[in-house]
Amino acid sequence: MTAPAAVEALPRGALARRVGHRAGDWLPALVVFVAGLAAWQWVFSPLAGKFLLPRPSAISKSLWDNHHVLLSAGWFTFKEALGGFVIGSLLAVAVALVLARWRRLGEALMPYAIAVNAVPIIAFAPITNAWFGVLNPHSKWAIAGVLCFFPVLVNTLRGLTSVRPEAIELMRSYAASELDVFRRVRIPAALPFLFTGLRVATVLAMIGAIVGDYFGGSTLALGVQIENSITLFDFPFGWAAIVVASAFGIAFYVAVVLVERLSLRGTPSTSD
Amino acid sequence: MSVVELKGVGKRFERGGTVALDGIDLTIEPGEFVSLIGPSGCGKSTLLRIIGDLVAPTAGTVTVNGKTAHQARLDRDYGIVFQHAVLYDWRTVAKNIALPLEMLGWSRAKRAARISEMVDLVELAGFEHHHPWQLSGGMQQRVSIARALSFSPALLLMDEPFGALDEMTRERLNMELLRIWQETGSTIVFVTHSISEAVFLSTRVVVMSPRPGRISELIDIDLPQPRGSATREDPHFFELVTAVRESLARGGAARAVEQDLA
Repeated sequence: MTAPAAVEALPRGALARRVGHRAGDWLPALVVFVAGLAAWQWVFSPLAGKFLLPRPSAISKSLWDNHHVLLSAGWFTFKEALGGFVIGSLLAVAVALVLARWRRLGEALMPYAIAVNAVPIIAFAPITNAWFGVLNPHSKWAIAGVLCFFPVLVNTLRGLTSVRPEAIELMRSYAASELDVFRRVRIPAALPFLFTGLRVATVLAMIGAIVGDYFGGSTLALGVQIENSITLFDFPFGWAAIVVASAFGIAFYVAVVLVERLSLRGTPSTSD
Repeated sequence: MSVVELKGVGKRFERGGTVALDGIDLTIEPGEFVSLIGPSGCGKSTLLRIIGDLVAPTAGTVTVNGKTAHQARLDRDYGIVFQHAVLYDWRTVAKNIALPLEMLGWSRAKRAARISEMVDLVELAGFEHHHPWQLSGGMQQRVSIARALSFSPALLLMDEPFGALDEMTRERLNMELLRIWQETGSTIVFVTHSISEAVFLSTRVVVMSPRPGRISELIDIDLPQPRGSATREDPHFFELVTAVRESLARGGAARAVEQDLA
């Protein structure tokens, strides 16, 4: 019998196209960005009044003049967010593993997890401030952590339980232990889902930390700086602080995406 | 010693009390290639899973390699292939094939040697470091066959392994499977929907009828070995295909009469 010719594998280029973009793809976005800034500077700001809507040039100046204060405040708040992110996500993954292992428990609790996931948890920020003390970073960890917990839990659990029944039967045919099934099938299969949850969680952690600051916190925190500058009608400073908050938020998100790319090398890209 | 021995095997599902299988007696000898064929709902996949101790029967006894099906599973006496390749996306072809070997605690060197043997057996040399999603459906199924055979089980259970493939790929993989069967000397239990596939591959065809799932006829396939493209043009091949088809029709007709009387 002659050997049949092996069918060609998918071309490598398809993968490259999914992962990266050519420089030209960014051009339209760049044009929109520059046009938007220009419109803000010369149309919207004059219309709204330079006081209420500072021009980008004024915001940049404030950013430059205060970059030392702003960056250290950003770092302070980022650490609050990171603490909550780590605690909330670790706890969520642990709970997801337990619920996936003991399905009955999972089926009993999952509807509540999904329901709580829809609650505007940020409303509890004043309460965590009261519980842990406004100046204690733990109060910000708590609200950021609770915000991170549910999306990570729901996504991870979905990943752990979305494995094809045959994949589990295959493991059983090898007389695999429950631990093996988790280690070799469920957990690797859940990783893309986990990272989807973590991406959402980065954004929520920053929101949690900043809004937590609004209800009181150290004067070193970015949220408190924003709050104070608006009270003092220093709008350019407030906007500059928001720019810094966004920069930290984006950097946080990108960091998680990079970790995701590294740990999911070899699996087809599911997002972007 | 028989590889598989089923005595009075039945399966009633809890939900709805459906009788999936009833009074199944079947003995499979070493080196046989036995196909289970029948319409949807005749319990052929369930029967395969009962042999593999992936589903527990509610009646009868199942003996595999002279032990209980449960013990045979714990001893990793069989390999299994499903309709979908069930490869793990995060593992390369080589690592997918090595999965059972890792679980058996083989050393890295021993695994590497076996992987290259298996890759040659299923003609995937050069694709070891590809990921499953970079392969065509037929190639994926070949990886899953290599994985099932990697630890040299004496028994191979196959649940419609080529059901999702196009006709051309299917015929090519049929030829490959026959070659592998002869090279490895394993016993194969093969579930299929396709009459010609069952006749072409098997030494024996088990015709099943539904509701409740029963064996309606055992048909010996006495076509000469080794089989090849000439087999498909052999007049006796067509006679056997007709015999299986008529047997399936009788199973269905009998049921229709029963339903009319009921």
